[in-house]
Amino acid sequence: MATTLTPVLSAFWDADRSWSLATYENNGGYDALRKAVTMDPADLVTLVKDSGLRGRGGAGFPTGLKWSFLPKADGKPRYLVVNADESEPGTCKDVPLMMATPQFLIEGVIITSFAIDCHKAFIYVRGEVVHVYRRLLAAVEEAKAKGYLGENILGSGFDLDIVVHAGAGAYICGEETALLDSLEGRRGQPRLKPPFPAVAGLYARPTVVNNVESIACVPSIVTHGADWFKSMGTERSTGYGFFSLSGHVTRPGQYEAPLGITLRELLDMAGGMRSDRELKFWTPGGSSTPLFTQQHLDTPLDFEAVGAAGSMLGTRALQIFDDTTCVVRAVLRWTEFYKHESCGKCTPCREGTYWLVQVLRRLEQGDGTEADLDKLLDICDNILGRSFCALGDGATSPIMSSIQYFRDEYVEHLRHGGCPFDPVRSTLFEGAAV
Amino acid sequence: MPISDQARERLVADARTIIARYPVPRSALLPMLHLVQSEEGYVSPDGVAFCADLLDLTTAEVAAVATFYTQYKRHPNGTYTVGVCTNTLCAVMGGDEIFTALEEHLGIGHDETTDDGAVTLERIECNAACDYAPVLMVNWEFFDNATPASAMEVVDRLREGEAVVPTRGASTVCSFKEVSRVLAGFPDGRADEGVGAGTASLRGTVLARQKRWTAPDPGASGTAAPAEVVGAHVVAAGAAAGGSDAPAVPPDSDRGGTVAGKPAGQATAGEGASGTGTSAPKEA
Repeated sequence: MATTLTPVLSAFWDADRSWSLATYENNGGYDALRKAVTMDPADLVTLVKDSGLRGRGGAGFPTGLKWSFLPKADGKPRYLVVNADESEPGTCKDVPLMMATPQFLIEGVIITSFAIDCHKAFIYVRGEVVHVYRRLLAAVEEAKAKGYLGENILGSGFDLDIVVHAGAGAYICGEETALLDSLEGRRGQPRLKPPFPAVAGLYARPTVVNNVESIACVPSIVTHGADWFKSMGTERSTGYGFFSLSGHVTRPGQYEAPLGITLRELLDMAGGMRSDRELKFWTPGGSSTPLFTQQHLDTPLDFEAVGAAGSMLGTRALQIFDDTTCVVRAVLRWTEFYKHESCGKCTPCREGTYWLVQVLRRLEQGDGTEADLDKLLDICDNILGRSFCALGDGATSPIMSSIQYFRDEYVEHLRHGGCPFDPVRSTLFEGAAV
Repeated sequence: MPISDQARERLVADARTIIARYPVPRSALLPMLHLVQSEEGYVSPDGVAFCADLLDLTTAEVAAVATFYTQYKRHPNGTYTVGVCTNTLCAVMGGDEIFTALEEHLGIGHDETTDDGAVTLERIECNAACDYAPVLMVNWEFFDNATPASAMEVVDRLREGEAVVPTRGASTVCSFKEVSRVLAGFPDGRADEGVGAGTASLRGTVLARQKRWTAPDPGASGTAAPAEVVGAHVVAAGAAAGGSDAPAVPPDSDRGGTVAGKPAGQATAGEGASGTGTSAPKEA
């Protein structure tokens, strides 16, 4: 039987002034906070642990467990930092969520802060989405005016201030420790771990860093319970999440569904491939997750099944490409991105991505040799697992998986003396007509 | 142009407001760099010195940060930054054609500004709007599902001094300096402008309502759930949708420029399913 959508965070995105506090309250908003402040904070942590919620920012680490790693309170500050730096190519869920219904995030931040005894929380949003930043700033002010933020929240004695902080354009700041350095006013470069942020994070104080969607799920778990959350999804990948379909599908967009749904089911909902063309390759969770092909249409999109099939669930950013697309061109462009965004801190990533781009350019132009494919794999082998952070690992994903599935297409570039594809046929505006 | 004494006095007051937000002053550096850009249209040597002075840092420390992030400009920016996403998905969907068209139309390349100072053209990386590809950003507001023709019309209007309207964002695009001030954390009162969600964002929301698909009824799952029912939220939202600012989107409508694939009725499976292993649709 087919899986259906389960809209929770997106249930009223089309409501009048969906972003306002009034609309949020009319749809049950802040019921969860009222309940949470009557609970023991430790019980809230247990509740989120019991729900099985796993981080929605890509890595899938259990959210409640992350909270429980904070050391015992010592009377000094501890922080919650929300990672709203959504920049992984293909990922486009947090931005529409914060634009349409920022109060889900604000309520989640307040409940989480109460649970972990934090009195100053930060939302680090990328600077390239100014209207999202406006909506977040306004959402904080609205919540403050209503007594959900500030001193003695809802008479509980709990105080909280939220600072919404705009970044300035750097993919690496989505890496949690680079984000913390950036928030401290430095170049966004990842830190050596351990110590993990739970022990020494922002200003070297215990810090929880969570993705926007993870935190936005918290109010629904508090309101409806851990069992309700677990009634969606699969055994070890519980709950609902956004599946963001983009590319050569008839109706790209945000589809909020239980984890474990398949691309075949999602494609049916999205009207299939455009012009009934053939699916060629797709990313299950952004460009840093190894490519999938047609053979993965029925792979359940949960952490376990996607991992077992050789990729990663990541951010459920499904970038979908049809048979008009040149995989070498696609992979070269992603590799140029990683080279551009490499922070320069570690040698394998800084030098490796630079070399990868050069070899791929040569191949794409038909100037390379078949030995270049082995060279690419060798360079990848020297980056993967040897870089300071996951950016370098991610850079190897599209290359290694594309050579695995489409080696012939690389060779075809060499035989053809260049790219055999007409890029115009892949475009939104011309593709359908050609 | 150096920062005047009068401007400096105003900037110092703003910078103190920013610094007060943070437990440690240095955290104010990124917003302060946005602030100095709002004054001079880029991060000038004066702007670097200003930040260093107020945060008790060296100019080398500030410059190291300012040059790390792509939104900080090292030479005077145009009134409007026009960014074309040329990361893989947008590039494939037409971003490359749009960028080339703008280069030829404006006679400038990446990170260059037209002679009239109106437009700075940029290739940008993924801006989290892939379901609207190809995407154009003007001063960090969304222009979704762009084409070479629509992009050229936007830059022509900008150069003529006419207002341009983002698909998702404020009702008009502000200047680069004005936007930089917002990014420093000073609201411009425009949060209520524009739509809540665009067409693509709403596809799942609208389809679920049409099919009466909801998250499970917490009462039915046998948990100690409160009286509030998720389904009720959906009904309330449906009632409110009549007055929505969002574009009315039939769930089976296709985005502009594409040829329809399968009709929704054929393509969509699962209608009327009474429950599945992973989710239980609830009658609204």
